[in-house]
Amino acid sequence: MNTLKLFAVMVLTLALSVFTANTEDDGYKIGDVATDFSLENIDGKMVSLSDFKDAKGFIVVFTCNTCPYAVAYEDRVEALNKKYADKGYPVVAIMPNNTDVKPGDSIDEMKARAKAKGFTFPYLMDKGQKIYPQYGATKTPHVYLLEKTKKGNVVKYIGAIDDNYKDASAVKTKYVENAVDALLKGKEIEVKETRAIGCTIKV
Amino acid sequence: MKRLIILSLLVICSCKNKSEDTKEIKASEISLNENKEAENSADYDLKIYDYDGLEPLINKNDDKVHVVNFWATWCAPCVKELPYFEEINEEYKDNNVEVLLVSLDFPRNYDSKLKPFIAKRNIQSQVVAFDDVDQNRWIPAIDKDWSGAIPATIIYNKDKRKFYEQSFTKEELETELKQFLK
Repeated sequence: MNTLKLFAVMVLTLALSVFTANTEDDGYKIGDVATDFSLENIDGKMVSLSDFKDAKGFIVVFTCNTCPYAVAYEDRVEALNKKYADKGYPVVAIMPNNTDVKPGDSIDEMKARAKAKGFTFPYLMDKGQKIYPQYGATKTPHVYLLEKTKKGNVVKYIGAIDDNYKDASAVKTKYVENAVDALLKGKEIEVKETRAIGCTIKV
Repeated sequence: MKRLIILSLLVICSCKNKSEDTKEIKASEISLNENKEAENSADYDLKIYDYDGLEPLINKNDDKVHVVNFWATWCAPCVKELPYFEEINEEYKDNNVEVLLVSLDFPRNYDSKLKPFIAKRNIQSQVVAFDDVDQNRWIPAIDKDWSGAIPATIIYNKDKRKFYEQSFTKEELETELKQFLK
């Protein structure tokens, strides 16, 4: 009996340690509820996810002006917003870098970039860098697709926009579009997580 | 060379105006330096790999300690830590340490940015270019925990392997490296 008890304790300890190891990992996993925020947009107004009453979800993109990968994807982020905002999945872009380290990502530079590129989505400053660590974003660009549910905005996809940063015309798989299309059709998302090279978020 | 002679002649001929001729000399010097740099950098034999080509280079089974750093000329924290990798490549040569710098620069920038950077910094560690768009395949293959942010570094020998998704100071890099030295 004693050995059985010991065994039970051992199993429990092991299970617990595996569990803690998992929860210690930073950031959201698929299925987690993402935090809302109130961040300053380039027009000076504060923006929260809860402002979008009619949205079915959000394409949250951590991006910036200064990363060549982020720049390579600018037009494709804008295209995502054009395609999906009216269908209930607007793009919400968040600039996570410390602007003391990257002056090219200051709010004025963000305004200038948004104007030059004709961004139609909110481009928010993660002032104080409080939001990106909660999401677990590590780089720009880094996408979190959220679905609005009763329990909150649930993370449905994390990763890259598509599979070719170099050449939009040579893309084979549009990860984000496929994921949003699946949500719109009420289907299971096939590829829920992808990885891509990006620029480290500057702290 | 002809241009240089013409320029020098111009410099000599325009002696009347002193400020002008210093300008001329400077201009000729600059163009000369740029030409030199371009020539040197064009000489650099840059090998370009996709993941299948790179894979054996980052999984060598020999008696050396290998330090592999993923970087790009556009990545400020990468450029900042690059001298430390150069230093350990030099200082730990006798300890069988070998540094490989894997550049993730865009192919269109190989000649305009990467090669001139290697020449200007006189980089001694081996530099290879890595060009493979299927990042979702090779990022987890290189390390299951890599989110894809650079700089990233692998230190390994035939017994042990560690992956770092971070920037290093010289001290931090040496501390990690020493774990691999016998």
